[in-house]
Amino acid sequence: MAKVRISGSEALLRSLINEGVDTIFGYPGGSIMPVFDALYDHRDDFRGVLVRHEQGAVHAAQGYARSSGRVGVSIVTSGPGATNTLTGISDAMLDSTPVVVIAGQVSTGVLGTDAFQEIDFVGITQPITKWSYQIRRPEDIAWAVARAFYIASTGRPGPVVLDFNKDAQVALFDYEPESVDNVRSYIPYPTPSLEAVEEAARLVNESERPFLLVGQGVELGEAHEELKAFIEKADIPAARTLMGLSALPTDHPLCVGMLGMHGNYGPNVNTNECDLLIAVGMRFSDRVTGKLSTYAKQARIIHIDIDHAEINKNVTVDVPIVGDCKEVLPMLTALVNKASHKEWIDSFARYNAIEHEKVTVKALNPGEGPLLMGEVARKVSEATGNSAILVTDVGQNQMMSARYFKYTKPHSILTSGGLGTMGYGLPAAIGAKIAMSDRTVCLFTGDGGMQMNIQELGTIMEQGTAVKIILLNNNYLGNVRQWQELFFNHRYSWTPMLNPDYGLIAQGYGIPSRLVIERSELDDAIREMLETSGPFLLHVAVKEEANVMPMTPPGASVNEMIFE
Amino acid sequence: MDKKLYTIIIYTENIAGMLNQVTAEFTRRMMNIDTITASSSSVEGVHRYTISLWGEEDSVQKVTKRIEKKVDVLKADYYTDNEIFFQEVALYKLSTPVVLGNDEVSRIIRHNTARVIEVNSTYTVVEMTGSTEDILNLYDKFVSHNCMLQFVKSGRVAVPRSAQDVLGDYLFNEDYKRKSIKEKNK
Repeated sequence: MAKVRISGSEALLRSLINEGVDTIFGYPGGSIMPVFDALYDHRDDFRGVLVRHEQGAVHAAQGYARSSGRVGVSIVTSGPGATNTLTGISDAMLDSTPVVVIAGQVSTGVLGTDAFQEIDFVGITQPITKWSYQIRRPEDIAWAVARAFYIASTGRPGPVVLDFNKDAQVALFDYEPESVDNVRSYIPYPTPSLEAVEEAARLVNESERPFLLVGQGVELGEAHEELKAFIEKADIPAARTLMGLSALPTDHPLCVGMLGMHGNYGPNVNTNECDLLIAVGMRFSDRVTGKLSTYAKQARIIHIDIDHAEINKNVTVDVPIVGDCKEVLPMLTALVNKASHKEWIDSFARYNAIEHEKVTVKALNPGEGPLLMGEVARKVSEATGNSAILVTDVGQNQMMSARYFKYTKPHSILTSGGLGTMGYGLPAAIGAKIAMSDRTVCLFTGDGGMQMNIQELGTIMEQGTAVKIILLNNNYLGNVRQWQELFFNHRYSWTPMLNPDYGLIAQGYGIPSRLVIERSELDDAIREMLETSGPFLLHVAVKEEANVMPMTPPGASVNEMIFE
Repeated sequence: MDKKLYTIIIYTENIAGMLNQVTAEFTRRMMNIDTITASSSSVEGVHRYTISLWGEEDSVQKVTKRIEKKVDVLKADYYTDNEIFFQEVALYKLSTPVVLGNDEVSRIIRHNTARVIEVNSTYTVVEMTGSTEDILNLYDKFVSHNCMLQFVKSGRVAVPRSAQDVLGDYLFNEDYKRKSIKEKNK
């Protein structure tokens, strides 16, 4: 293509257009002004979303990326603008979310002089990104942007940072578009070992009690159908991690629930009963494994993951298969025998029935007393035909909505699993709704997390983003309070919280809202929320001292869940 | 588990900030690097780090994998001492008047196959290549004769005993794969 003489800022935007970017979450400032100036001429090319805090810019980009599978983009200024993105970048790193964060940087001539709003952003972000690079020369822009998108979106996805010096933003040069389709030191899609796949198939065929763990890798690899084909042929029960909840529909006959500290009883107990554990695109997080020394010791373990460094990291496995699950699962399906494990599969239902009786019935149909989080989540899910995107904040609201929502479509849960970032929910929901305007986006948040990024109500107001906010208000930092109750002798230190009038706050931002205290009003309030065309705040006063159950207490084994 | 001395050999692209990325993986686990040597490798544009440290195999293996996972790292492998040849270099700055006044010092230099690389009226610089143990033994001897002014030693450099060319094989395989992907896509 012919060279054209343009500024570095213009080159950045053209490079973003080349990568298919149509939405930018950002916040301007001194060291990035030339880029925002160039954006003025590209108002038709990008939807510009002015967030109210740079942390919100990254979480919104994450919400955009996780709901759509595309790369989310944030543009912020240097110094505090850049440091405000660190929580979002760390969150994206731990949860493998493809985002590209572009930050302004002071001119190259004053680097290292403690210039105004100068911070060593590459140095800070190296440990929390897949790649972090400073663009000092306009000639590097096209290459760096192409490489950033390639790295962020391929293999195990993750965040990339581009630190963009101001002199490179304003310099004029001969721009030539570039694309990147390989980096010699980076193997995004390792070739799976055929021997390992054959060995894994042999173990599956020999197994009487196989059990499959579904992680977010299945969603990231778009391997939903490949997963179903495999488990259906070999008749293997499957449970999902928190991050993988919508990788397999809740009502699939082989879906036996959710893993983890607040997961379902059947899959947790049977982790220590199965004879073969097949982990697909999950990383044996401590929230899933509980006490490692007693985790699935009786079972042979197959681990399918695209990331070589995940193999034997937490759990030592018998057969590692390093590769893309979309490629590996069909290889396995071809080699396994059609089988039936009815009795084994029924054993999950027997355990889950215990949980149902001890926990679920009371959570969904308490009859009287204050509203409970679980019943609200289930009612909202059903009112959307179980087809909404669930975005959660972190804490009890997260666990309860994740547990009681039902999932029928891929990419339907957005939650901060690895970093556990309070304040993630509101901006992530904005990003999700902007990316997937035809889907209903329901945010479940608490009174704690809501206030950690409450300023993003301004973004909703300005963008008219139709996010349905369900605020589960218990006047406590509920999850910490639960731990204080259970493990710190009821000493509620720093967890009771005096709340503002959320209805007035919503009104200030022009967002309609409704407060629900009585159970009898809940259905109608949900109907009103979903029938309202724009954003809506459903403020639900829930029981103050309610606990998320069942629970694997910290340090306990997966089969030692408690119910109260 | 037993702590052993491990040597990690890492090949990276030669770009600013790589050392920081590599060492951050040790910092994160509070693993203390014993020696580190960084220089260009036999392949143009590829840097080579040789890092030695005491640790348990499990944690050394994990940190090596995490380093290799970095986008600009081509290859990272860890070795025990019996899997590699390794050397260090030391320089000893000795007092020339003491050296001249004591025949034993020059005998020590000869017996340890050390080399004098500079002599002037004030000081003498002696160089020795060898194992950490040999280098520190020589240091102790000089100290005991009261002639030591300054001492410095390098980190280790190492080559694996195996005949395999780790970097060459990696680059060849990647190049080969890329070609086959391109052919497949035609």
